[in-house]
Amino acid sequence: MRPGDRIFKNMTTGAGIFVVVLIGLIGLFLLVQAIPALKADKASFLLSRAWSTSDPTNMSFGILDLLEVTIATSVVALIFAMPVSLGIALFLTQYAPKRLARAFAYVIDLLAAVPSIIFGLWGILVLAPAIEPFSNWINKTFSWFPLLAPGNVAPSVRGTIFTAGLVLAVMLLPIITSLTREVFERTPTPHIEGALALGATRWEVIRTTVLPFGKAGYIGASMLGLGRALGETIALAVILLIPVGRFFDWSIFDGGATFASKIAANYSEFNNVTSAGAYIAAGLVLFLLTFLVNFAARAVISDKKGD
Amino acid sequence: MTTATSLSAPASTPAFQQVSLKRKVKNGVATTLVWLSFLIAVVPLVWVLYTVIANGIKRIPYSNWWGQDLGSVLSDEVGGGVLHAIIGTLLQALVCGIIAVPLGLLVAIYLVEYGRGTKLARVTTFMVDILSGVPSIVAALFIYALWITTFGLPRSAFAVSLALVLLMVPVVVRSSEEMLRIVPDDLREASYALGVPKWKTIVKIVLPTALSGIIGGVMMALARVMGETAPLLVLVGYSSFVNFNVFKGEMASLPLLMNNERVTNSMTPGSVGFDRIWGAALTLVIIIALINLLATVISRLVAPKKK
Repeated sequence: MRPGDRIFKNMTTGAGIFVVVLIGLIGLFLLVQAIPALKADKASFLLSRAWSTSDPTNMSFGILDLLEVTIATSVVALIFAMPVSLGIALFLTQYAPKRLARAFAYVIDLLAAVPSIIFGLWGILVLAPAIEPFSNWINKTFSWFPLLAPGNVAPSVRGTIFTAGLVLAVMLLPIITSLTREVFERTPTPHIEGALALGATRWEVIRTTVLPFGKAGYIGASMLGLGRALGETIALAVILLIPVGRFFDWSIFDGGATFASKIAANYSEFNNVTSAGAYIAAGLVLFLLTFLVNFAARAVISDKKGD
Repeated sequence: MTTATSLSAPASTPAFQQVSLKRKVKNGVATTLVWLSFLIAVVPLVWVLYTVIANGIKRIPYSNWWGQDLGSVLSDEVGGGVLHAIIGTLLQALVCGIIAVPLGLLVAIYLVEYGRGTKLARVTTFMVDILSGVPSIVAALFIYALWITTFGLPRSAFAVSLALVLLMVPVVVRSSEEMLRIVPDDLREASYALGVPKWKTIVKIVLPTALSGIIGGVMMALARVMGETAPLLVLVGYSSFVNFNVFKGEMASLPLLMNNERVTNSMTPGSVGFDRIWGAALTLVIIIALINLLATVISRLVAPKKK
C-alpha cells in the first residue's frame, strides 16, 4: 500500500473509531463527575422528590419527580403527535398529488428548522393564552378525573404539562413523519397494485398493504420521537411553571420540571463543581434513558430496513 | 367490420360489485382525516412564523439593531441592537463547523470507501445514530465535565462550539454518507484503471462529484446548531458587549440573548423586552433562512456539470 493511502485510510478509520469511543466517553465522564455528588446526597437519588443542591455541603436530591414529569410530558406529546404524523406520512406518500408531494414534505421539514427556543416562547406567550379557555373548561368539567384535574400550579393553566406536550408534539411531527414516510414509500408496488386489482378502495389499499408493511417503521420513528421528547430542553424550560413546594400529582395540568429543563433552569448553580455534579447525575440518567429508547428504535427500524 | 367496438370500455359488463356505501364512507373518512392531519401540521408552522414576524418586525428595520450592541443601553430602555449576539452566533457556528465538518466527512468517507461491510463500520453507523439522539443538554454536560471540571478551563464560547460539534457531527456524517454513496462506482473504477491511488481517487474524483450535496448538508446542519440554546446556558455566560475571543470571556448569541431577556425583562406585549426577544427571534430565523438559501445556491454552483 502506498504511504498516501495508508495515511488516508488510518485517518478515516480513526475518525470512525473516535465516534464510537465518544459515546463511551460521554457516559464515562458523566458517571465520574456524578459520583462525588451522589456520595454527598443525603436523600435517595432514585426515590426522592426533593431537590436542594445550592449548598454543596448539604445536598439532598432525587430524580423521581423529574422522571415522572419527563415521562408525562413525552407521553402527552406522543399522544398528539403520533396520529397526526401517521396522517401526514400517509398524505405525503399516498394522497398528495405527486408533483406537490415534495413541496408539502418541505413544508413539514421547515418545522424542524425552527429553533426550539422560538417554539417555547410561542408556546408560553401565544399558544398558552389562546388555549386557556379550553384548558379551563377541561379542568372544570373533568375535575373528578385525576389526569385532567386542576394541577399543582393552579389557578394558572398556562405553564402546564398539557401546553408543553402540545408544543413538543409540534416539534416531533417532522421527526416522526420523515422516517415513517421513508418506510411507507418503500411499500412494494406489486402489493399496492395487487390490492387495487382486487378492487380495493384507496383506504383499503393502505390498510392492507402500506400499514402492515410500514408498521415497524412507524413504531420505530415514534420511538425516535420519544427519544427527542425526553431530551428536549429549552422549549420546556420556557413553558413549564415550577410549582412551589408541590410535586407532580398525576394531572396533565401540573407544572414541574423535566430532567433537561431542570438542568437548563438552574444553570447558575454550575459555578460550583459539587452542585453541578447533582445536575450531571440527572443528565446521566437522561443519557441512559435516551440511549435505551434510541437503541430500541434503531433495532426496530433496521429490522425492517434490512441493512 | 363495421362493429364499433369501443376500446376504452370492457367487452362484457364488469364482474365487480359496486363499491358498497360502507366502504365508500370509510374511504371518505380516511381521506378527510389524512388531509386534515396535514392541515393540522401547517397551522402551528404558519402561526409560529406569523408570531415571529409580526412581533419581531418592530425593531428589525433600523440600522442600530444590526450595528450596535446592548452594552450602553439599560435593560428596559428602548434602543441598542443585537450585533454582539449575531457575531457570537456566527462565530460559535463557524468554530463548530471547522471541527465538525472534517471529522464528519472523514467518518462518512470511512463508512462508504473503506469500511463497507465490516463490523467496525456497522458499529460506527450505529453509534452515529445514537449520537444523533443525544439530547443537547447532555452534550453540554459532557463538555462541562470534560472541559471545565476535568481540564479546569473557564467557561467560554469555545466550550459551546465543542458541544455543538457533538450535535453537528452525526448530521454531517449522515448527509455526506448519502451523497458519497450515490457517486457511481464507474467513476472510481475508471480512476483506478488509470493507476490513480485510492486516496487520490477519493479526494480528486469522489469528493468533487459529491461536493454540492455535501455542502448543502453541511450548511443545513450549521443552521440547525445555530438555534441550539441548551449548551449556551451551561457553557458560557451572557455579555451585552461584542466579544471576538472564543476562548476568553462571556459571549452573547441570539438564543442566549433571548433567554436572557426572558429571565430579566417583562414579557408584556409592547414592552422593551417583548420587542427585543421577538426581534432577536426574527433575526435568528432570517439568518437560518439565509444560510439555507445560500446552501441551495452554492450547491447549484458547484454541482458537477451535466452533458
